[in-house]
Amino acid sequence: MIEVRNLHKAFGKGAKRMVAVDGVSFVARDGEITGLLGPNGAGKTTTLRCLYTLMSPDSGQVLVDGIDAAVDPVAVRRRLGVLPDARGLYKRLTARENIDYFARLHGIQTQTMHARRESLADALEMRDILDRRTEGFSQGQRVKTAIARALVHDPKNVILDEPTNGLDVMSTRAMRTFLKSMKTERRCVLFSSHIMQEVAALCDRIVVIARGRVVADESPDALRAQTGETNLEDAFVKLIGTDEGLAA
Amino acid sequence: MNSAITVFFKEVRENIRDRRTVINTLFVGPLMAPLIFVLLINTLVTRELSKAEKPLPLPVVGAQYAPNLIAALKQNNVDIKPAPEDPDAAVRNQDADVVLRIGPDFVKAWDKGEPAQVEMIYDASQQDARGPTERLKKLIEGYGQRTGALRLLARGLSPSILKPVVIADRDQSTPQSRAGLMFAMLPYFFILGGFIGGMALAIDTTAGERERQSLEPLLANPVPRWKILGGKLMATTAFAITTVALSIIAFAVVGQFLPTEKIGMSLTLGPRFIVATVFVMLPLAALLGALQTLVAAFAKSYREAQTYLSLLMLVPIIPTLLLSILPIKTQLWMYAVPLLGQQVTIMRLMRGDPVSDMALLICFVCTSIAALVVCAVTARIYYSERLAISA
Repeated sequence: MIEVRNLHKAFGKGAKRMVAVDGVSFVARDGEITGLLGPNGAGKTTTLRCLYTLMSPDSGQVLVDGIDAAVDPVAVRRRLGVLPDARGLYKRLTARENIDYFARLHGIQTQTMHARRESLADALEMRDILDRRTEGFSQGQRVKTAIARALVHDPKNVILDEPTNGLDVMSTRAMRTFLKSMKTERRCVLFSSHIMQEVAALCDRIVVIARGRVVADESPDALRAQTGETNLEDAFVKLIGTDEGLAA
Repeated sequence: MNSAITVFFKEVRENIRDRRTVINTLFVGPLMAPLIFVLLINTLVTRELSKAEKPLPLPVVGAQYAPNLIAALKQNNVDIKPAPEDPDAAVRNQDADVVLRIGPDFVKAWDKGEPAQVEMIYDASQQDARGPTERLKKLIEGYGQRTGALRLLARGLSPSILKPVVIADRDQSTPQSRAGLMFAMLPYFFILGGFIGGMALAIDTTAGERERQSLEPLLANPVPRWKILGGKLMATTAFAITTVALSIIAFAVVGQFLPTEKIGMSLTLGPRFIVATVFVMLPLAALLGALQTLVAAFAKSYREAQTYLSLLMLVPIIPTLLLSILPIKTQLWMYAVPLLGQQVTIMRLMRGDPVSDMALLICFVCTSIAALVVCAVTARIYYSERLAISA
């Protein structure tokens, strides 16, 4: 379970000061898929970066399974599987070596590592690329490898920053199936997106962020009811008050 | 397994697969010092040898006024040439190293027994002209002394009354120490070797990792950042040390075959040289690795890091220049200064001067402390938020 309480984060000083996150609070529960929805520049990535302790918030609290990220960041990271916005691989290493590197950094025993890597390779349908160097991988192959290495330690909580970014239709569908399978494994899945249909198709709960604030935190149905729109996209536009950034 | 070790092995494995890095570490870096040295020594040896044996070409103006002097010069392997039209210009344009001018007054003064004047036209700022000029001066002075002695004898006096004081030369320089000035350059090439060996990794593990967008996922692992940095620094240092060690060994081997004894120099490149040099270079490799990583961590991109590091490469030349321009007496405190300590140690070892174990230890410890300080500063940079953000 991931809890975010009144998160604030600003960059720069003086006249250049830019508030990225301005009092964000929400809860992502186990066995649910929570979608962080918002236009580009709404503060999604910054919020997620505070969650996996890459950044420390100016104020507010992040709790992962009840552990305060400010108090024990290493323990928090241990409980998280993270697919960040930046998902570069080591191109002179094979996919398998990329995955094993992260497994070792998590301190996983060799045997567990093998078992876990193989089952992920099956689930992500990436057996054929496992022993190839990642240089020259397609976007889809890169994302698969990045997800496998993020989940190799079998984390209870999974954070994905725009996981379907740059994927084709088939890969996007495979990704959705994979996210749903994680939900049935009773994991807490939190992902960000600016694509309406994706969020609507997957999420048990939608947290809409605009200009650094949470403007809605509901189930998809409740969201439609709240805004009085039958179409989720219209509901979204109404919530954020502008259609800027939606097309991107 | 410790996470720093995991990072270390991954960086080593990844960079061993990069052909350019391997070539730099195993060939370019280590071979630079010996190669440049072979070139330097060979040029020097051929020049010295040819200067001593070759006839000295000498354009003379007014040779007809002093036939005896000219004959004496010819006997001493001087090749008398016809006078150039403008002797001063010939020297300035380096057409001639030195020109001798004998005026018509020479005969008159000579006959009267007064000092007869000859002019040597030369340019003292020309390194190449120095040898011929000195040679000619000695020949003419020798001729003058011989004639003087004969004149005294003709008057029934002993020539020795003109020499109330005689100097006997007792040169304390050894063949090794005469080689010293030139050898001041050598430590720089060892240090440069270490620099080249560590450079690729220093950039690849920081600016490169950020540019490839792999730093953010790496830092999302449950490993304290100082451990990640530690592994990366270990890998960089390992590559730098490999280069330096290979460089020293290659030099020790090549040095045996250099014709240094032909110009009265000799190198001392025994096992003690190898062991002591590697010993003092170890912490320096770590220090340079940490410095390179620190600088590369500031850079926004791979290219920027390369530019910064190329500038940083010029820093180790400072003590080298200082020592070759100002011949300072070696003092104990010098061993305590990183770079300078290594410079002094390597120079003295090579010249066969004693370097105490105490001095070696001081050099090692002080450079290690400096390396640790730079590591700590780099770690601070690693904990900053800006570091991980790729864009």
